[in-house]
Amino acid sequence: MSINSPLVAEKSTVNIIMLKVLAALLPAIAVYVYFFGPAILVSITLASATALATEAAVLYLRRYPLRVYLLDGSALVTAWLLALSIPPLAPWWLVVVGTAFAILVAKHLYGGLGNNLFNPAMVGFAALMISFPAHMTHWPAPDVLAQSHWNFAQQMDFMFGGALPAGAKLDAVTMATPLDTLKTQLHLDRTVTEIQSGSIFSILSGKGTEIIALFYLLGGLFLWQQRIISWHIPLSFLGAMFATAGVLHLVDPGQYASPLFHIFAGGTMLGAFFIATDYVTSPTTLLGKLIFGAGIGISAYIIRVFGGYPDGVAFAVLFLNSAVPLIDAYTQPRVFGHAGKWFRGGKE
Amino acid sequence: MRTLYPFHGGVHPVEHKRESTQLGSAIAPLPLHLVIPLRQHGGNPAKPVVSAGDQVLKGQRIGTAEGYISSSVHAPSSGRVVAIEMRPAPHPSGLPDLSIILETDGEERWIERQAVDYRAIDPAGLRQHFQDMGVVGLGGAVFPSHVKLNAGNLETLVINAAECEPYITCDDMLMRERAAEVVQGIRIAQYAMGAREVLIGIEDNKPEAIAAMQIACQGTGFEVVAVPTLYPSGSAKQLIKLLTGKEVPSGGLPTQIGVQCFNVATVYTMHRVVNHGEPVISRLVTLTGNMDEPRNYEVLVGTPVGELVKLARPKADTTGYLMGGPMMGVPLADLSVPVVKASNCIIATSKALFPPLPRAMPCIRCTRCAEACPADLQPQELFWFSRARNFEKAQEYKLFDCIECGCCSYVCPSHIPLVQFYRFAKSEIAEHEKERKAADLARERHEFREFRQEREKQEKAAKHAAKAAEMAAKAAAASGKAGEAAEGGDDAAAAKKAAIQAAIERAKAKKAAVKPQNVDDLPPGAQAKIDEIDERRAQAKETAEQSVAVQKSDKGQGA
Repeated sequence: MSINSPLVAEKSTVNIIMLKVLAALLPAIAVYVYFFGPAILVSITLASATALATEAAVLYLRRYPLRVYLLDGSALVTAWLLALSIPPLAPWWLVVVGTAFAILVAKHLYGGLGNNLFNPAMVGFAALMISFPAHMTHWPAPDVLAQSHWNFAQQMDFMFGGALPAGAKLDAVTMATPLDTLKTQLHLDRTVTEIQSGSIFSILSGKGTEIIALFYLLGGLFLWQQRIISWHIPLSFLGAMFATAGVLHLVDPGQYASPLFHIFAGGTMLGAFFIATDYVTSPTTLLGKLIFGAGIGISAYIIRVFGGYPDGVAFAVLFLNSAVPLIDAYTQPRVFGHAGKWFRGGKE
Repeated sequence: MRTLYPFHGGVHPVEHKRESTQLGSAIAPLPLHLVIPLRQHGGNPAKPVVSAGDQVLKGQRIGTAEGYISSSVHAPSSGRVVAIEMRPAPHPSGLPDLSIILETDGEERWIERQAVDYRAIDPAGLRQHFQDMGVVGLGGAVFPSHVKLNAGNLETLVINAAECEPYITCDDMLMRERAAEVVQGIRIAQYAMGAREVLIGIEDNKPEAIAAMQIACQGTGFEVVAVPTLYPSGSAKQLIKLLTGKEVPSGGLPTQIGVQCFNVATVYTMHRVVNHGEPVISRLVTLTGNMDEPRNYEVLVGTPVGELVKLARPKADTTGYLMGGPMMGVPLADLSVPVVKASNCIIATSKALFPPLPRAMPCIRCTRCAEACPADLQPQELFWFSRARNFEKAQEYKLFDCIECGCCSYVCPSHIPLVQFYRFAKSEIAEHEKERKAADLARERHEFREFRQEREKQEKAAKHAAKAAEMAAKAAAASGKAGEAAEGGDDAAAAKKAAIQAAIERAKAKKAAVKPQNVDDLPPGAQAKIDEIDERRAQAKETAEQSVAVQKSDKGQGA
């Protein structure tokens, strides 16, 4: 006689969760295409294909059932998040190398689904950022600001062959991001207000990018409404970044941009709702989630404003990822029938 | 409205309760054979007090409680005991249990039934009566009720009528049909425990039962509390929290916080025992699931499940049967098992009602289990530690506070059979604990034996020395020379020393020479056996010594 109760279960499965995450990204991707052209769709496709191929190869080597694990959707989530984090006009091999590295090293070398300490997409991003920094800065200018407009075929020629259209310059289609601009110009002793009068800046943050960030926010709210993510990480992430930026902005508005600018700039929104909330690499306790989110918000701001990189979300996420086991161990909530508020792994 | 104190988590599976409440309860026909396991309650199994061939009357005690945590079992009908033997029992272990097989004569002749005035007998006497009459918790745990009644001056008596598991409706029907009798049972429990307040918790998906109980409770001061339909509100700890805001301390008893909790069907049997003199020999059982006529039946304990389920006409595509609800129930591998006091429900399963769960995937730490856990545990951590056989960690993360309700498994998107992992870890830990205790015992025995041998040796030596000294003194006295008497003192001392030495030598020789006697010319088998036993002894000694060494090294690490 086998004991296998409960015999009933909710319909939810891992792939339903992953598919909802992908669905929540779609509106933002549509807006992305609207502002920056269809190249992003190509890099997403490329990343997806690479992720599935790498995943299949590793599953085969590890003798895991291919179909079940390929359909779990986790590799696709990694692929999409990575593709959305790197410049869409980056050469094809950059996407492929980054995605393959994410799946192979960050995911499977740690034991595969559910066992990785670090967010695979962010590991892929960090690897590319360190190995190929130049390619990681070629962000396209929003269509409205670009000096010249490449058609889709020209974009593809550049992505796959590195060929510029006749007479065209890369500078004509790419532009420094708002965060990058801010950073470099502040070094030239200009004030934030002066810098932000530049054409790439808009009401909240950057032209185009702020709208994409808004749609990441909406997608995140959808995930929250669907109970895929809880509010703890996004809110503490955004709240901590807002508070840190707010304090410094109040102290010296000429040197420090407004908190609203920061939470709508760079990878903040994508990070807060889609990356930091990755189940596997974030804490499991509610208090732990608050600490984790706040830690990323503050670290990302510090890296962004005081560090060497224009944005700090990816490194902040990786930094806090490494603290997850510690955070979890120190924030175990009180168990029914026990005294105290929470306990540290084992000791009350 | 009473303030409720919601417990954490919980789930709400599809209820499936309507099916079996369309018809009122009916009485199941008397089967030809009844199989009455002697273990139908927590604690020691009852000891049979009849033998094969005996004629018994309905309600006659056929097994008597063995020890305090035990309960009696009774003949559910009149007839003849045909055998007392091992039979399959509806127990999670699936192991057969000693059972009394009764061939019914169809006459249903009762023993002499005597109502008692519970106010006239002292509490200990009443508890003894309940033990003798086989009153145990009918909510599923079947813990002997007399043990739970052994506390007084209660703040709150909680009557558990939540019936939170899907499909099960036997408590619902009991309250709809016999509310007045249930209330009489509550009076007895209240009186026995001196409870100042009585709260009857019923999930709000049972409006008929709530109404019936409210009417029956008029003028009693008992309060019927409708609680939200949320599994597992029928778990005693969760219901107590919900109704009183108090948490039963981990590893403790509800009486520590001035509360006790009885299932509604249990208090009903208290009424039958006290006011009608009937022992617990039947109960309401829900037959439901993949059946044409789902319904509740009053079923005699011992009725084979295979015969019983036919009453509700299982459909052709029935794949099996489940005893209990779908959250905590036990699939029945063998339909010859009898209905016991713990059997509240039998569900016919089918592929449509219980589709096979998807393949288990790795844990993705989504923490839905933690959100659903009514014990505020972190099931994902417990799973991780249990799977890795890191039992120490599992215990640190309060594995033993898990009530095995199944909420975590229910919500798991990876469909990991989490509860199985916890059961596995718990049983492994229990096994280790047993082994450790056995080793401790062996070590203690070994140490005591050495101590005793040493003591005997010393005593013997002392005795010999005394004797030798006496003899030397006598010899000295016999020489009769006063002058030499002084020297004789020295002589005596020397003699004493020599005698002691001799005694020690003798003891040593004797010890070395100790050999089993009557072992000459043994058949080879017997000699082999002796050798085997000797070897086992040596091994036991070694284990004991090792455990001592381990303990010492543990202490060393601790320091």
